[in-house]
Amino acid sequence: MSITKSNAINTLLIAGLLFAALCAHVLSEPFIITMATKIAIFAIAGIGLNLALGYGGLVSFGHAAFFGIGGYVCGILASHARNFEPLTTWPFEFSGTTSMLVIWPIAIFVSSLLALLIGAISLRTTGVYFIMITLAFAQMIFYFAISWPTYGGEDGLPTYVRNSFPGVNTLNPIEYFLICFVLLLITLILCSIIVNSRFGLALQAARQNVRRVTSVGIDVYKVKLVAFVISGGITGLAGALYTDLNRFVSPSVLSWHTSGEIMIFVILGGVAHLFGPLAGAALFIVLEFVLGGFTEYWQMWLGALLLLVVLYAPKGLMGALNASWRSHG
Amino acid sequence: MKPLLNVKDITAFYGHSQALFGVSLQIQAGEALALMGRNGMGKSTTIKSICRLLQHDQGSIQFADQDLAKLHAYQVSNLGVGYVPEGRRCFPNLSVRENLEVAARKGYWNLEKVVDLFPRLGERETQFANTLSGGEQQMLAIGRALMTNPKLLILDEATEGLAPLVRQEIWNALAKLKRSGLSTLIVDKSLQEILQIADTCVVLEKGANAWSGKPEKLTSKLRDRYLGV
Repeated sequence: MSITKSNAINTLLIAGLLFAALCAHVLSEPFIITMATKIAIFAIAGIGLNLALGYGGLVSFGHAAFFGIGGYVCGILASHARNFEPLTTWPFEFSGTTSMLVIWPIAIFVSSLLALLIGAISLRTTGVYFIMITLAFAQMIFYFAISWPTYGGEDGLPTYVRNSFPGVNTLNPIEYFLICFVLLLITLILCSIIVNSRFGLALQAARQNVRRVTSVGIDVYKVKLVAFVISGGITGLAGALYTDLNRFVSPSVLSWHTSGEIMIFVILGGVAHLFGPLAGAALFIVLEFVLGGFTEYWQMWLGALLLLVVLYAPKGLMGALNASWRSHG
Repeated sequence: MKPLLNVKDITAFYGHSQALFGVSLQIQAGEALALMGRNGMGKSTTIKSICRLLQHDQGSIQFADQDLAKLHAYQVSNLGVGYVPEGRRCFPNLSVRENLEVAARKGYWNLEKVVDLFPRLGERETQFANTLSGGEQQMLAIGRALMTNPKLLILDEATEGLAPLVRQEIWNALAKLKRSGLSTLIVDKSLQEILQIADTCVVLEKGANAWSGKPEKLTSKLRDRYLGV
């Protein structure tokens, strides 16, 4: 298949998301806009995981930790600012913030730092041990959040009002969607640059054969760690956006279910496909809505779909679309 | 003159099983050394020890005046040891160009120079490595090692299983590399071709040095005894 056709599918996908949200706005359907916003946010989280899992072969079952920490950074900063309670008094007083432009970099920094700590230890293992150790770290943070009453413990932390962005009414669903959509585009461009750089090639090569990469002078551990940290940072940004979408954050975003969901977006959409997580998140959320309307056991049908994808379209939705286009093109 | 590579009495194990019982060899700058011996005599193990893909137990390996014992494999490569592994092993899901770019380091060798050496790679630049023929994959593996701009190029069975014409193409390229002054350590079963290129031969038997000297001194009696030909 030519690159042009692949690009056409990607463009259709991203334009479809924008078109759906704009149509919903014209038709005054805020619920649909919120769904589109959720798709954009989960796609960002999926793109983060895809960098580690798809391109680096790092099957992380702990990305909920980064998603949740990003969410809690947003929630904590906003709640301190709204309650006029200083977050720190030494070495300087910081009373939190409600500015998204301040919250996002902090969320990315904190989740990247956490990814650095988790990655530095986890990447000394491989295979099933890597899966288990990342899961263990995420669960540690999950139980810590549950038992930490300062920020709501099990009940979670409401932020009541969406944080602010200069010149934008973030409480207007379409305006908040557009913020998330632009961030999704930026994330896609950033990841495209990363995976096509020498660093990205080394990461993909390391997934295929660690020894060969080592023998051309590349420190595979360092490459994987940097990828894991970038991956954690991107997922943390998605977590911060998700808290603003719901105006609430709770320990549930830190649970292994969240890690599993982000992984499903990547697998459904297509592992190591740049637009795979967007396709996966869109399919997942639309199915959740559609199947949820028929039965409360919608997860069972989703499970069946996931089985079909793994068995008959191992390259995910994007892989199947590309192949089908090729066979008809 | 100090040798570029000095391997002295190394021993190595695979688990509890000893594979090397004291191998020594030296390569001067610009020299081509043929490491020979029948199957299972320790040629690949010696190479892996030099590249630090296997930790040797006793003895020392010095490259460009540096002791390699405490270095990781990637650091050995960064010092200037280029390795073309047995069985080619390109990165199957990367294109030819990407396979080469991933290894690129500053120096004489770049994409253009590699394509000059192996024009077929230029024709296949955007193809995935797993769609190449065996010979093309071997050219890619050599090209990838050259992209690291090595001072010493190590080739492990570079022409094994290839068609005669392709083999000749690779031997021609290796001869060009030798003329350019690149030091090489070659393991190969094509005796006639390897002896034409090599300045020195080292023959291993049962994981230890059995014979070493100039190629012309490797008499048919010695060949029969150590190489089984």
